[in-house]
Amino acid sequence: MTTIDLETPTLTRKDFVSDQEVRWCPGCGDYSILAQMQKVLPDLGIRRENIVFISGIGCSSRFPYYMNTYGIHSIHGRAPTLATGLAISNPDLSIWVITGDGDGLSIGGNHLIHAIRRNANINIILFNNRVYGLTKGQFSPTSRQGMRTKSSPMGSIEQPLEPLSLALSAGATFVARTIDTNPNHLGETLTRAAAHKGTSLVEVYQNCLIFNPQEWTDYHNRQTRDDHMLFLEDGQPMVFGVNQDQGIIVRDLQPEIVKLGNGISEDDLLVHDATSESPTLAYILSRLRHPAVMGVLREVEGPTYAEGLMHQVAEAKAKKGQSDLLSLYQESDLWEVK
Amino acid sequence: MSEVKEKEPSLRELDAIVIRFAGDSGDGMQLTGTQFTNTSAVLGNDISTFPDFPAEIRAPAGTMAGVSGFQVMFSREDILTPGDAPQVLVAMNPAALKKNLPDLERGGFIIVNTDSFNRQNLRKADYDDNPLEDDSLKGYRVYKVPLTSLNREALKDVEGLTTKEKDRSQNLFALGITFWIFDRPLEMTLEWIEKKFAGKPAVIEANQKALRMGYYFGENTEIFRQRFRISPADLPAGTYRKLTGNEATALGLVTAAVKMGKPLFYGSYPITPASDILHFLAKLRHFDVRTFQAEDEIAAMGSVIGAAFGGALAVTGTSGPGIALKSEAMNLAVVLELPMVIIDVQRGGPSTGLPTKTEQADLLQVLFGRNGESPMPVVAPQSPTDCFDLAIEAVRLAIRGMTPVIFLSEGYLANSSEPWRIIDPDDIPAIDVHHPAPRYGTNGKEPFLPYQRDPVTLARPWAIPGTAGLEYRVGGLSKAPLTGNVSYDPYDHEKMVKDRAEKVARLADIIPEQEVFGPEKAELLVLSWGGTYGAARSAVRRAQKDGKSVAHTHLRYLNPFPANLEEILSRYDQILVPELNKGQMAFLLQGTFAIDVLSYPKLHARPFRINEILAKINEVLD
Ligand code: SF4
Repeated sequence: MTTIDLETPTLTRKDFVSDQEVRWCPGCGDYSILAQMQKVLPDLGIRRENIVFISGIGCSSRFPYYMNTYGIHSIHGRAPTLATGLAISNPDLSIWVITGDGDGLSIGGNHLIHAIRRNANINIILFNNRVYGLTKGQFSPTSRQGMRTKSSPMGSIEQPLEPLSLALSAGATFVARTIDTNPNHLGETLTRAAAHKGTSLVEVYQNCLIFNPQEWTDYHNRQTRDDHMLFLEDGQPMVFGVNQDQGIIVRDLQPEIVKLGNGISEDDLLVHDATSESPTLAYILSRLRHPAVMGVLREVEGPTYAEGLMHQVAEAKAKKGQSDLLSLYQESDLWEVK
Repeated sequence: MSEVKEKEPSLRELDAIVIRFAGDSGDGMQLTGTQFTNTSAVLGNDISTFPDFPAEIRAPAGTMAGVSGFQVMFSREDILTPGDAPQVLVAMNPAALKKNLPDLERGGFIIVNTDSFNRQNLRKADYDDNPLEDDSLKGYRVYKVPLTSLNREALKDVEGLTTKEKDRSQNLFALGITFWIFDRPLEMTLEWIEKKFAGKPAVIEANQKALRMGYYFGENTEIFRQRFRISPADLPAGTYRKLTGNEATALGLVTAAVKMGKPLFYGSYPITPASDILHFLAKLRHFDVRTFQAEDEIAAMGSVIGAAFGGALAVTGTSGPGIALKSEAMNLAVVLELPMVIIDVQRGGPSTGLPTKTEQADLLQVLFGRNGESPMPVVAPQSPTDCFDLAIEAVRLAIRGMTPVIFLSEGYLANSSEPWRIIDPDDIPAIDVHHPAPRYGTNGKEPFLPYQRDPVTLARPWAIPGTAGLEYRVGGLSKAPLTGNVSYDPYDHEKMVKDRAEKVARLADIIPEQEVFGPEKAELLVLSWGGTYGAARSAVRRAQKDGKSVAHTHLRYLNPFPANLEEILSRYDQILVPELNKGQMAFLLQGTFAIDVLSYPKLHARPFRINEILAKINEVLD
């Protein structure tokens, strides 16, 4: 989060559009994410020059080129490391990492974990299309077991990774999920992530219509999507379904889907609290697949890495006084030669 | 050993002496050597040290693998190396004796702890017979001291410590003996013990007593008939301290940051022998030093790129294996054209290699070990204290060229120490940093050009986030000149490749001229780089005294080379290049200048000795 500057000039969506031609495949889910980002940024009260987008490699990682802010298109999987270094050197910036399921969870998995664990002040937007796009269609760490691709003609043997569960295990202070085809929800989620101080991880279900076009059909289709997604609202019971007649309860630490009626009312359902100190419930929700839980699963406060570091700097300065090179040179056994 | 008691041992004046303390890793030899060095330095000797320790943190006690050594040369003359061969060896156990004996000068002194020469320890050192009892030490002067029992006896009244704990002081007993033999005062070490073990009165008492009793033992027994005195050296006047290469590097970096008026960001992953730089800097938060211990080498490099983009003085430190991991990110730094310093404290390779030993075998790796055309300036310090000057210089080059710069240090320099005359920081010129100013109201009309190069240096502007109107994007893809926009155009690619190379080459404009020690023309020029400086310069000095036609030149700037290097090389009949690798600098010179070079490789993962290079000079010239 960046301090809101009251004198921030009024910006519009157009101020955030760069002069570069967008080159994703027509119909790619990335367009919607880009559009929402450009739409919400002007309303955040952050000066444009204080915003930086850093990406890795992959389709999604072209994102910074299209944003008229500061940006780095870095190397595969490493965007969180650049972002962390930048956040430490300039703690006041609003820094966004754009990554994908291959970039962020495979080659860059280690960095993702550690950025989250440190609570560096960065917003990580993970475009999850459950396939490798730029390298033309191999399975990714989030692909379903059995998925047939060029590199898994007989089906992927691997168990998929659940990005939000991983983030929660790493101690994430902000974890959310949204989907490219729901622009309002997407925009709101990005706005909340921006407002969060510390690392926020937002998983976006993103459609790659070239290499994995069936992945999200049920989530897009008007007839089925409400049966496949539950949209969390703070303080509200967890209800979903085309007819809003299903809900979630937890029994013996296991989530259960129940039908409302027959003695079960909304009062029996789980009530969402993203600010709960314990991440356990958020973790349980993050692993649900039917329905997938959308929205902010967790949002708690904690000191950022740079805050901790700058606190030490201030403390050391208070204790040892202003830095003086000569005294530093002399911090040792000395002797005089005449 | 003398049967006749002599009242006063004779005191001999010497110019210099080399002493090596050797024992088990747990025997505190590094500490013993350091205390001896500190006292000698304060007495005004020139000093040079060379610690040599095993990679294993706790190798099995008593084994050859666990032997840790610390060599110090102290002298009344200006010295450049820690000495070829020790003249005095303090060996705490059979393994230490066995491992170090081959290095000892013929006729040298050996002080051994006889108590440790039991069957078990002899077997661990692979001795069939006790070398103290046969004539295998003939030709050396051996002083047999039952250190353990003497120390236990000396500490018998110390309360609150077990025998095992008391035995930990025996290194100080040994130090006390050497202090007596070499006529050094105890005060400094006594004070140091007090500080180091503050709050542990029993340990202080034991250690101080052990040191004193060792000294008195030397004084009161008749076994040491010879004492030595080395007068103070004729060093330039001033206040001195001791510095290791890693300490000097860290001090240089902090100084550069202050001179830039920037925070120092140091992102690093622990690795031998570079970690001490991280440790040193981590204590300097009051200088706004932002150390960041990354999750791996790659992350360290990435963080440094991020910090450089943000406008900090960004530095990382590692060793060869870390450079291998960092290479892809280093390449990104090359094309983003951001200033930063990458420290490689070289160790023995390849692969994990010899983590605690020294080598100079990463030269070609740092120059050429990245995909594509990836020019990067390289500087290499020549001595521990030179690390200070050259670290500042590396920062200067990085900023002037908007480029990552390699600081190619070595394990030998990193851990060795020498006296440093403390300079006045005000005498160090400021490092000018320029960030383009914000632009208001020109949005869309007059776009900022992130790759518009300075006509003289070819550096691009260092525009940093937070500056209005300069918002720009950069990346690892090939780009167009001026705008930096992604471009696959062949001519754009060619221009960018050439501009980056030319930008690095133009750093030669501010690199000092290469100097030669000795005649302008001669039969032989010895060309060295890195930590080989001391041995090469000393060897050439001696050869010149012997009337040989030889000169010496030492390279601190390895890329680009100083502008006059080619001309210098053309003046000598032959060029000899001693280096701790299979001939990488020789290869580079041959390739760059199409000249013949005599390569003199050494592959023992140990620094050159003066005598080795001297012998080679003589061989070439005879
Ligand atoms: S390959 Fe897939 S993810 Fe990549 S741009 Fe095309 S549609 Fe989007």
